[in-house]
Amino acid sequence: MRDSPTTSAPPHHRIGAWLLIGGTVLTTAGVFAYAGGWLTPGRLTPERLVNQLQDNAGTFAGFRRNHAKGVCVSGWFDSNGAAQAYSAAQVFARGRTPVEGRFAIPGGNPYAADSSVPIRSMALRFTQANGQQWRTGMNSMPVFAVGTPGAFFAQLQATQPTAATGKPDPAKVAAFFAAHPETGPFRAWAKTAKPSASYATESYWSLNAFVFTDAHGKRQAVRWRMVPEATAADGVAPKAGDADYLASDLGLRLAQGPQRWKLQITLANPGDPTNDASKAWPDDRRTIDAGTLVLERTQPQDSGGCRDINFDPLVLPDGIAGSDDPLLAARSAAYANSYLRRTSEEAHWPGTPAIRPQPEHQP
Amino acid sequence: MRSDPKMFVPVARVLHWLLAAMILTMLLVGIGMVASVSARHDWLVGFHKPLGIAILLLVVVRMVVRWRNPPPALPADLPVLQKLAAFASHWLLYLLMLALPLVGWAMLSAGGYPIMLGTSLRLPPIFPVGAVGFAVLRHLHTWLALLLFVTFLAHMAAALYHGLIRRDGVLSSMTWRRDARGTADD
Ligand code: HEM
Ligand code: HEM
Ligand code: HEM
Repeated sequence: MRDSPTTSAPPHHRIGAWLLIGGTVLTTAGVFAYAGGWLTPGRLTPERLVNQLQDNAGTFAGFRRNHAKGVCVSGWFDSNGAAQAYSAAQVFARGRTPVEGRFAIPGGNPYAADSSVPIRSMALRFTQANGQQWRTGMNSMPVFAVGTPGAFFAQLQATQPTAATGKPDPAKVAAFFAAHPETGPFRAWAKTAKPSASYATESYWSLNAFVFTDAHGKRQAVRWRMVPEATAADGVAPKAGDADYLASDLGLRLAQGPQRWKLQITLANPGDPTNDASKAWPDDRRTIDAGTLVLERTQPQDSGGCRDINFDPLVLPDGIAGSDDPLLAARSAAYANSYLRRTSEEAHWPGTPAIRPQPEHQP
Repeated sequence: MRSDPKMFVPVARVLHWLLAAMILTMLLVGIGMVASVSARHDWLVGFHKPLGIAILLLVVVRMVVRWRNPPPALPADLPVLQKLAAFASHWLLYLLMLALPLVGWAMLSAGGYPIMLGTSLRLPPIFPVGAVGFAVLRHLHTWLALLLFVTFLAHMAAALYHGLIRRDGVLSSMTWRRDARGTADD
């Protein structure tokens, strides 16, 4: 039995004691609220990034908040062992690793026409025999428009369609580009880029830099890309009026046989920027061919194996790590937020928008 | 050392304060990392997972210690309602300390993520992969964490009330020093 309360604080001390107790509780709650961002509404959070993606494209329950339109694919990666000199990841040992993937077009509207953007994307999940995974999302362009999450957010804000025209305000877009000269290389590329007729004929770039670690712990900064074997000539020209030609083209090609890409890994020289995806590395950097990606099946994204995968670029096996590229952490955080939204809709979680069947015609 | 019937056994006290510090850290790290897009997000997530699993292991140890060393009785003159509140909140704290890391582990399993505690240590999944399971567990992780935080605030306020206002030896039963007035230690 503990001491009896005969020692309880004399009344004139109690006020101070109550203030101390109240103050401790309020201070702790305040620190918690600050860490959670509730006291700093101006802070860029994953929530705000994904809300802005929805503001730009609309909210489509059950779909990814970016790269919403796409198809699932699966196959494997045949490693030739060449990258093993730089990375201890099991996927680079000579041999085969199963792959689940997804092709998509950027934008949050799952009913957008394939010709509406000149960019296509490839996302892959390699599952190593030891259970570790390598997830990557790549785009079919050699540089990203911006280098920081803040600039990405500003770009989304500047390109948000206005209520009046349904299109971005040209003045805001111009002001954004004027304030962001780092978008130069991307804009130069975009001037000549055309929407391809096939997913299979595109190269896909990691854009962000990563760090390989070999078996002795030696580090090497890298970027990678997938280079296709197929050429435009093998394909079928899209039928006039078909807004979904990418999925049908892929189905036709796969019916004839697997599609292949070479995984090319570019090694940075000391001093090459690893923290800025808007800057390409010089062309003469050493590039190694690490093996062949073989995709042999495709499935619709609402029932395929890729539906419930979050292609978070920071899910990496031992031997590959993120770099100091600030986009990586922002992508990881935003993809988790988007993933929670779409899986919550899948679960009919209270307060989430209902999943609707595809409309017959989209304007 | 002879154990003092008015105190928690030393190992229980050490575990209490160690876990208190770890859990408070986890709550702040958790709530902070999901609100950040900076590089902080990445290393905080990398820190959150192994620390959470360490808490799970320590809580199991702590429950064994508790079962083998019953805690000192509450002051006899404490109102029944307060005794009941102490009893209920302590069990709620134990339950939440155990449930949160398990839910964290299960939700990553349901999301199909490899559960990495470092660059190469990986835990096996403990829940089948599925979107619905993931969503429910992920929301549960948030709500249980908020409940733990609120329960912790009440618990801390009650401990300070015992120590500063009632001065009945309850607070010092968990600290290193007996009450100022208390009988000398051993
Ligand atoms: C801060 C910058 C970025 C933000 C906020 C962002 C946001 C998003 C979001 C929310 C998704 C949907 C994720 C999901 O629900 O699973 C997504 C998908 C995707 N993003 Fe990004 N993104 C960013 C930068 C990039 C960059 C630099 C690349 C290029 C390498 C990229 C490539 C992709 C790809 C390929 C997908 C589709 C993945 C899939 O098919 O599931 N993103 N992005
Ligand atoms: C005592 C243990 C734990 C506490 C107190 C705790 C607390 C939290 C909190 C407060 C959040 C933020 C929730 C939100 O605002 O949505 C969070 C998120 C999270 N926790 Fe925990 N957690 C614990 C254990 C674990 C464990 C063991 C794991 C995994 C092995 C884990 C994985 C995660 C992940 C992945 C997120 C979300 C990251 C994201 O969505 O970006 N947690 N946790
Ligand atoms: C997250 C933080 C904390 C957790 C999870 C926690 C948990 C617990 C639990 C489960 C017990 C019951 C022990 C048992 O009966 O076996 C307990 C007792 C106690 N805690 Fe905490 N605690 C935390 C923080 C604190 C803080 C900050 C204080 C002081 C300001 C405190 C003071 C006490 C005291 C005095 C007792 C003994 C109560 C009694 O004699 O019945 N705790 N704590």
